[in-house]
Amino acid sequence: MIEVGNILEEKIFYLDRAMLKAYADASGDQNPIHQNEDFAVSVGLPNVIAHGMLTMALVGKFVTDWAGGSVAVKEFSGRFVKPVIVPADHKVDLTVSGVVTEIEGDRITVELKASSAGVKVLGMSKAVVVK
Amino acid sequence: MLNPDSVGRTFEGAESVTVSQSEIDAFCAVLSENNTTLAPPTFSIRITLEQSQEILSNPEIGLDWSRVVHGDQRFDIKRPIVAGDTFKCSSTIENYKVAAGNEIVTVRSDLHLEGQLVVSTWSTLVVRA
Repeated sequence: MIEVGNILEEKIFYLDRAMLKAYADASGDQNPIHQNEDFAVSVGLPNVIAHGMLTMALVGKFVTDWAGGSVAVKEFSGRFVKPVIVPADHKVDLTVSGVVTEIEGDRITVELKASSAGVKVLGMSKAVVVK
Repeated sequence: MLNPDSVGRTFEGAESVTVSQSEIDAFCAVLSENNTTLAPPTFSIRITLEQSQEILSNPEIGLDWSRVVHGDQRFDIKRPIVAGDTFKCSSTIENYKVAAGNEIVTVRSDLHLEGQLVVSTWSTLVVRA
């Protein structure tokens, strides 16, 4: 029985440059700020950053794992508040957690939190699922 | 700067887009998702963001895509996308404002299959000053 206040157990995903390249190819977003360190720095970024939509896709995976697959997800949203910074030859964390905030009929609203290196990266993120 | 006349306009994608299993497989592989029969919830961005880029970078609209960062994103999913789905994509410039020199544009994209709405997405894009 799912109730308001239920916690979705925290999960940690790990991102590296190879994952960014794979996501660039899978999504079609080949912006060099996600692959080329010199370019990223030249436009004022601290280093290569992950695609915001990769962060969101991983949070989506967190939701579908809990909800029983992609079929369950009806709405999904989030704001990109800080980038996930991905230095070469490193694996950086994306730490995701959630809480059930509303249940209306068969629709369950989950509020989601995502941070990397202790910094909140996704804000105002929620999903509506039917479980 | 965005042409103010473009706000509220809807642009129909010229060609329909058919989703292949290999595209879904590649997207799932990044996420270590083993069930590849359904596309993950954010998969539609592969179709809609490219279309938004095409529309907004049109000289008549005038957005400088090279300075765009993604502000926020929302999906409304009627049913998951599967391989073989053929979509017509239309994009509407729903909102536009300038704040602290940054242009903020919200684009809604709708994916229709045989006249039926399958996914709507809202992307808020920020053009840095």
